[in-house]
Amino acid sequence: MLKHRVIPTLLIKEGGLVKTKQFKNPRYIGDPVNAIRIFNEKEVDELVVLDIYASKRGFSPDFELVSEFASECFMPITYGGGIKNLDDATRLFEIGIEKICLQTMCFENLNLVKDMVQKFGSQSIVASVDARKTILGEYRLFKSSKMTVVENLSIEKHLENLLAAEVGEIIFNCVHKDGTLSGPDLNILNKISDKVTIPLVAIGGVSSLKDIKDTIDAGADAVAAGAFFVYHGKRNAVLITYPEYKELEDLFST
Amino acid sequence: MIQKVGGAAFKTKNIHEIKNAQKLIIPGVGSFDEGMKNLSQLGMIDLLKEMIEKKESPVLGICLGMQLLCHTSEEGTGCGLGLVPANVKKLKNELEGTFKVPHMGWNTIEVIRKNRLFDSDLSEKRFYFVHSYYVEPESDDICSAKAYHGLDFCAAFEHKNIYGVQFHPEKSHRFGMSLIRNFVDLK
Repeated sequence: MLKHRVIPTLLIKEGGLVKTKQFKNPRYIGDPVNAIRIFNEKEVDELVVLDIYASKRGFSPDFELVSEFASECFMPITYGGGIKNLDDATRLFEIGIEKICLQTMCFENLNLVKDMVQKFGSQSIVASVDARKTILGEYRLFKSSKMTVVENLSIEKHLENLLAAEVGEIIFNCVHKDGTLSGPDLNILNKISDKVTIPLVAIGGVSSLKDIKDTIDAGADAVAAGAFFVYHGKRNAVLITYPEYKELEDLFST
Repeated sequence: MIQKVGGAAFKTKNIHEIKNAQKLIIPGVGSFDEGMKNLSQLGMIDLLKEMIEKKESPVLGICLGMQLLCHTSEEGTGCGLGLVPANVKKLKNELEGTFKVPHMGWNTIEVIRKNRLFDSDLSEKRFYFVHSYYVEPESDDICSAKAYHGLDFCAAFEHKNIYGVQFHPEKSHRFGMSLIRNFVDLK
């Protein structure tokens, strides 16, 4: 039986491991290679590593650093950030990354996304979709490289485009929940999960095992989280944790 | 991972280096025709056939690498290496239940035949899968392990000196490490 994946998500800025709140105020929390080593020992299902600076600044991926990550990992890694062309993607796969995560390109050049799918196969291409809830309670697409809400494209239409481009997986992030440890936004997940016919990874707000279970019950296939795995206690002390395999197995069998 | 279990490995596109190898691993990320095109451009197809068929070097195909050892694939129009009597089929979206394609994530496997890659203990074995196509052997007796994702499919085969796994042992923690160790230790 296929297991629901529980995926720590690590954010990188200028070679350091950081954690954001609502995509802002990146706080330095340590050395990413060390963190990855710990997650490897804890036998996590999978890792997502996103360079939150590369696309904003127009940088290419830091191939040297990413290759250090890959050599520490005996589990799958998805990498995102600064991927601009087929050459970048080729290099990442050669380094040993399983999946690449694309966002900016999904808005700006869907044809290139299709080329990526053609060349590397659907299973290697992940689309990152960020959504933000407005003051009026509406959900809008968010473009994190520009830190702006997208005005002329709905979340539903964007998801349709991505499915048509045959990407292999969607990572769906709720900006307003990021780093808040305030529970996932189940409302939007319930709305979109039926439409996503490929694996859907939900991220944003998870603060407990119950949140993970609720996210799956709302239709996600896998759950990712950042703060939940790197913060501990009320003061957000940095402590890397991951549930025991047995705990997750029990959680999903209830 | 190979170093970790006591083997020596190198990654190469060089024909002469491959000739000198004792064992081969054909990894795979990508699509079927693209994979064969790359092998063909590097002049590797005849070499691989010679190494695997004539010299009987043990070979392990991983994911697409497993699929490339077969005859044909629904993913492409070209031929595979054709070293294993099997063909590659698409995981259809109309699987029973709510199974999605690609089959992505950790799944348990059932070892159905005594074989050399999997430890014979009965503990649960889980591996990481990422694929949209699966191998369908022409006869059941080469399939060594099955997995279930809306349908039972061949997760691993063993045919003479040729081994193939649909999952990624190199990304499957200690479960994969023990499989790689068994392959490295093959005489």
